[in-house]
Amino acid sequence: MLEFCQYLSGPSAGLRLADLGARVIKIERPGSGEGGRKLAIKELYSGEDSILFHTINRNKESYVADLKDPGSLKKVKKLIARADVMTHNFRPGIMEKIGLDYTAVKAINPRIVYGVVSGYGKKGPWAAKPGQDLLVQALSGLTWLSGNKDTAPVPFGLSVADILSGAHLAQGVLAALVRRGKTGQGALVEVSLLESTLDLQFEVITTYLNDGGQPPRRAKKGGAHAYLSAPYGVYRTSTGYLALAMEKLDYLGEVLGCTELEAFDDPSGWFTRKDEIMEVLANFLSKKSTADWLQLLEPHDIWCSEVLDYPAFMEHPGYKALQMDQEIRLKDGTTIRTTRCPLRIDGQRIFNPRPAPGLGAHNRQIDAELEIASDNIKCGENV
Amino acid sequence: MTKPLEDILVVDFSQFLSGPSAGLRLADLGARVIKVERRGTGDICRQLYISDLVMNGDSSVFHAINRNKESFVADLKQADDREHVLELLRRADVLIHNFRPGVMHRLKLDYELVKSLNPGIVYAEITGYGSEGVWKDKPGQDLLVQSLSGLSWLSGSKEDMPVPMGIAVADILTGAHLVQGILACLVRRGVNGEGGLVQASMLESVVDFQFETITTWYQDGGQPARRSRNNSAHAYLGAPYGIYQTSDGFLALAMASIPLLGKLIACPELEQYNDPATWFDERDEIKDILSAHLRGGTTARWLKVLEPADIWCADVFTWDKLMSHEGFRAIDMVQEVSMSDGFTYKTTRCPILIDGEPLLSGRGAPKLGEHTEGILNELK
Repeated sequence: MLEFCQYLSGPSAGLRLADLGARVIKIERPGSGEGGRKLAIKELYSGEDSILFHTINRNKESYVADLKDPGSLKKVKKLIARADVMTHNFRPGIMEKIGLDYTAVKAINPRIVYGVVSGYGKKGPWAAKPGQDLLVQALSGLTWLSGNKDTAPVPFGLSVADILSGAHLAQGVLAALVRRGKTGQGALVEVSLLESTLDLQFEVITTYLNDGGQPPRRAKKGGAHAYLSAPYGVYRTSTGYLALAMEKLDYLGEVLGCTELEAFDDPSGWFTRKDEIMEVLANFLSKKSTADWLQLLEPHDIWCSEVLDYPAFMEHPGYKALQMDQEIRLKDGTTIRTTRCPLRIDGQRIFNPRPAPGLGAHNRQIDAELEIASDNIKCGENV
Repeated sequence: MTKPLEDILVVDFSQFLSGPSAGLRLADLGARVIKVERRGTGDICRQLYISDLVMNGDSSVFHAINRNKESFVADLKQADDREHVLELLRRADVLIHNFRPGVMHRLKLDYELVKSLNPGIVYAEITGYGSEGVWKDKPGQDLLVQSLSGLSWLSGSKEDMPVPMGIAVADILTGAHLVQGILACLVRRGVNGEGGLVQASMLESVVDFQFETITTWYQDGGQPARRSRNNSAHAYLGAPYGIYQTSDGFLALAMASIPLLGKLIACPELEQYNDPATWFDERDEIKDILSAHLRGGTTARWLKVLEPADIWCADVFTWDKLMSHEGFRAIDMVQEVSMSDGFTYKTTRCPILIDGEPLLSGRGAPKLGEHTEGILNELK
């Protein structure tokens, strides 16, 4: 797989395919390489590259090529001739200018699966707009689904548009490889941050499209889902917080011994009177500790949990049992602790200690492979 | 276009969202997906009403998740029904389930057994928290997984309570990962003929969702995530990253140089922040200044100044505004589907384009057991 991608969306798809066993080669520009190498959070770096880059690009190789230089481009085309997959996230028009658009690439290698991530698709007035996560969240309506009624729009605090479009790209590429296994044909696979973020909202948008277009109604306080009835939400206790998922309110009231909930005996009111109910519950739950409530509710199969932050979560035996972390070993002997691929195949977790590549770290090796390959072709011709 | 998964048969025992969302994606990619549902009630999601919206007897969410599938009713504990299900599994390429750990074993439909019937099958399962450890029997429910995984401290502002993401993101990501695992195993099967076991859990998927911030946590000495005091959109990013109120709405601002931003919006106070380190360290103060200033103009006015200067910014839309915008219409994301009784509804389509075309399907969700008889005839 050849990855002509930067930052998060495309490279996260490459990471998943690498962990599933593919050989992934990043094609990077001379000098600075992928933009993600210098994109850091908390100014955390290891060597020349940000920890973020190491996180997203472990288990890959790097090949530096100036796509505007005919000699380099020729070599890249040789690589393309041998590749199963290539991906890019350039803005519309760039690959056409370089001469590596799908039509051109298909002529070199008709079996290739060619994946593209864009911000907003290639048609319409947003096609040239920067495909940036927060902007896509803001345009897609997503920011009106979290937080409380009187707060401003609340974005998801992670790059959810990037991550989902990367996940969808991996799906499309793999599905196209399944087809290729049967028919031999290659494919063009396209995803965009906007379409992926709308797909994330498919349940609530479907509701919106069929309920006469009522806007989502966030709860007054402690809301966790604009479309679910009370008690769904987060409540403060005397020691921290308690999350309560769907539950029949009469049953919950009975188990808690909260007689004030008896007033809400009509199930249709669990949605329409959500704010009142949540306020009653909030007052009631504030009197005891989270542990007290869990001890009372869990044996009755009421869906509830404590609310953990990173230190508490990482220390918890429930997290440790997952063995979700792994160490990647850098060339200089240092290590970076990160997470592993979330899938298990044939009962095995997928670990891989291989680090992110230095810029151009594999040029020599890959050039040698290409030479051997072209020598072989020549030998073949002689025979 | 030949849909990529034509000829693939998926037998799906899963309920609610995580497993069924995987089935939906496979269906849109061309697979034939048969839901095996229990007699009487079927997938519990049929009754899971959100917004009290019932459409043609089932909840709106059920319709969104289960379009383009068939429904086969069976009681897995009853001999005849079981025989039919086993026959289906002999012909299947993929099995999906999301029962709690141990249930498929008790039903004698665990991987070993199914593999003995059909060695080429890809057997895919979703749990809440994996099959080991103290949480394994805890209900695999989205809000609980969000709450346990640290995720709810990443959105909202400093003084807010934990703010869960207002979509079942753990379910959706787990379903997406399961699809990746299934397809990867189908690719392998195409090469060597072997089936495979694919396991995903909601907790592992939500940890993966946080792979950047958790890796940061591992390197920063284990500090809790800190949300900014106001206008927070990402706990780990500096100013101006956030959403700001304007005189007539809101404005989203991604990464940008603070002094440049100050110059463009004529806010001299911002021009003193020349050192990029201050954009993170003093983000609360910067955001306060920015927030006060941006209230003085309309969203359109700020966009007009910022967009030509290549500052990453956008309006903040409701669905109403979004859907009336030309940018939304250009991507053609809405499709209309029909049920066998003629009931039609609007929903979104698959977000992936193959060979330049969207993966559309006009088929709505199945009525409970709608395809039982037809499938029984095929099995004869």
